[in-house]
Amino acid sequence: MREFTDATDYEEDMEHIDSTILKDVLKRSSEYNPDVYTNRDVKSALSKDSLDSEDFGALLSPAAVPFLEEMAHRAREETRKHFGNSVIIFTPLYASNYCTNQCVYCGFGSRNKIQRAKLTGDEIDKEMEAIASTGMQEILLLTGESRIHSGPEYIEDLVKRATEHFSIIGLEVYPLNASEYNIMQKAGADYVTVFQETYDPKVYADMHPGGRKRNYSYRFNSNERALMGGMRGVGFAPLLGLADFRKDVFTCGIHAMEIQRKYPHAEISFSLPRLRPCMNKNLVANSVTESQLLQVAMAYRLFMPYAGQTISTRERPVFRDNIVNICATKISAGVSVGVGEHSGTENGDVQFDISDPRSLEEIKNSLLANGIQPVFKDYVRV
Amino acid sequence: MKNDFLDIGGHKFKSRFILGSGKFSLDMTRKVIENGGVEMATLAVRRANVGGMENILDYIPKGITILPNTSGARNADEAVRIAELARELGCGDFVKIEIIRDTKYLLPDNAETTKAIAKLKAKDFVILPYMMPDLSAARDMEEAGADAIMPLGAPIGSNKGLLTKDFVKILVDEIDLPIIVDAGIGKPSQACEAMELGVAAIMANTAVATANDPGTMAKSFKMTIEAGRLAYLSGLGRVLENRGEASSPLTGFLEE
Repeated sequence: MREFTDATDYEEDMEHIDSTILKDVLKRSSEYNPDVYTNRDVKSALSKDSLDSEDFGALLSPAAVPFLEEMAHRAREETRKHFGNSVIIFTPLYASNYCTNQCVYCGFGSRNKIQRAKLTGDEIDKEMEAIASTGMQEILLLTGESRIHSGPEYIEDLVKRATEHFSIIGLEVYPLNASEYNIMQKAGADYVTVFQETYDPKVYADMHPGGRKRNYSYRFNSNERALMGGMRGVGFAPLLGLADFRKDVFTCGIHAMEIQRKYPHAEISFSLPRLRPCMNKNLVANSVTESQLLQVAMAYRLFMPYAGQTISTRERPVFRDNIVNICATKISAGVSVGVGEHSGTENGDVQFDISDPRSLEEIKNSLLANGIQPVFKDYVRV
Repeated sequence: MKNDFLDIGGHKFKSRFILGSGKFSLDMTRKVIENGGVEMATLAVRRANVGGMENILDYIPKGITILPNTSGARNADEAVRIAELARELGCGDFVKIEIIRDTKYLLPDNAETTKAIAKLKAKDFVILPYMMPDLSAARDMEEAGADAIMPLGAPIGSNKGLLTKDFVKILVDEIDLPIIVDAGIGKPSQACEAMELGVAAIMANTAVATANDPGTMAKSFKMTIEAGRLAYLSGLGRVLENRGEASSPLTGFLEE
């Protein structure tokens, strides 16, 4: 029987890289059982200076639930040691919502009857000017996953235009080949985020019935290809709520750890997206509660204390205000998840509903009031 | 003590407490600098947001020597470009070279650092390299044109103190440049311990930033750094550690 990760499933233009990380990670994932841990394992993990993957597994397990307060204190201590009280502010820019995938949980899915839009060059400039005028220095560029509507040349142009307005540029677009990532890096992109959505191969197949995204391993290897292409950092995440979140988060942590071991210079970060209501209202989320989300974030922090952590506007303001005091190190502000909303040039429908509509100024002031130092720029490109 | 100055490349400082910035709120900067009697503070060039909001450069009081660091650099060339950028931003001629190729431990790369020193020397920078305390590397750095040597006491942010004590002492004994302990100093008593050894200055950031009251902690650092300096200058008495003096002499049989 052919393994589902077999490269023969790749479309012709998808690059196959020589890497054993996927196999190793899936093996570790299959061995993880969150239900075997006890209070003792959690206490032992909390008493250590440096945690191994077993400790990470324990902190994610149900056995750690009674220890959230203790985890929070330890997590805050680690965050302070590695990041001080700094929190980076950024905003996403949705340039296009055309998509050829059929992710059953996403508002942009190709079978959804939504208003599609793609910004033209002039519109991109206007949108970027509008964002930059608020003082924003870091931008995350997003497109739907369509190589037809937003091909690599479109993304490259987007990045080049962004360099005119911003100091730090992230990309959250469909997976590219290493050579394409290199083109984006040269154009000005600094880091790449590709969410695996779920690391459970079976659920992944169910959730992605069509489009290039069906290929699990090409997506999985995106972060590695991005680093091969010269990107400075890579972001990881499962979309919490698609499958068993504990297993997904454990697997994601192992994935990130393996990547850092192979590419020690890589800046690693985790995102914490929870499934939110979108146009597919009939999809009932395999829901993750706020306290479970916090447990996940704290487990990441204690396992990989040096990794960045991003909290999105999917969460309510009070949760975001508090998690930056514990373990998150990056927060979005002034967010619009529709295409062209910043400058009012065009209005494509949104990907999901946001829970924290606060402006840059409001988020900045709220961080300051909270004793946290907002940081607009944390990188100089040379 | 009156004429006891820290001399870095011909620039004289009364204070031996170099403040690392970047881990505490910018509006605390002035207070920490004043309380600590600080005359030199580092600045991460990557954080400088000139003309923008929350720009660290706007918070460092006039008269303080800025020590821009090259954090974010992964090789000598990147470090050189960041140093040049710092100069363009008006940060002066000092530079602390930080070249790190490992995001997990943030340990410095001595070989690349030595290369960067040679390149920056040609551009007349005052160079303070952050390094792993290794005697051969320190000699190479001195030879390449460093103006001070900044060995780490422990991994950045660890607050573990002077884990590299014996190796730092070797540098103090063998290298003619000021040895400045950078990274790892977690509390004032550890700063004092390092100063007693004869290091020329202490750099600290996390220890101050993670205190409940950074202003008062800065003051405490100032005092213990001065105390350690005095102890060093006055010549520590002989301290017997594990071995006591044998009560009956082994050489008493000698007649002439």
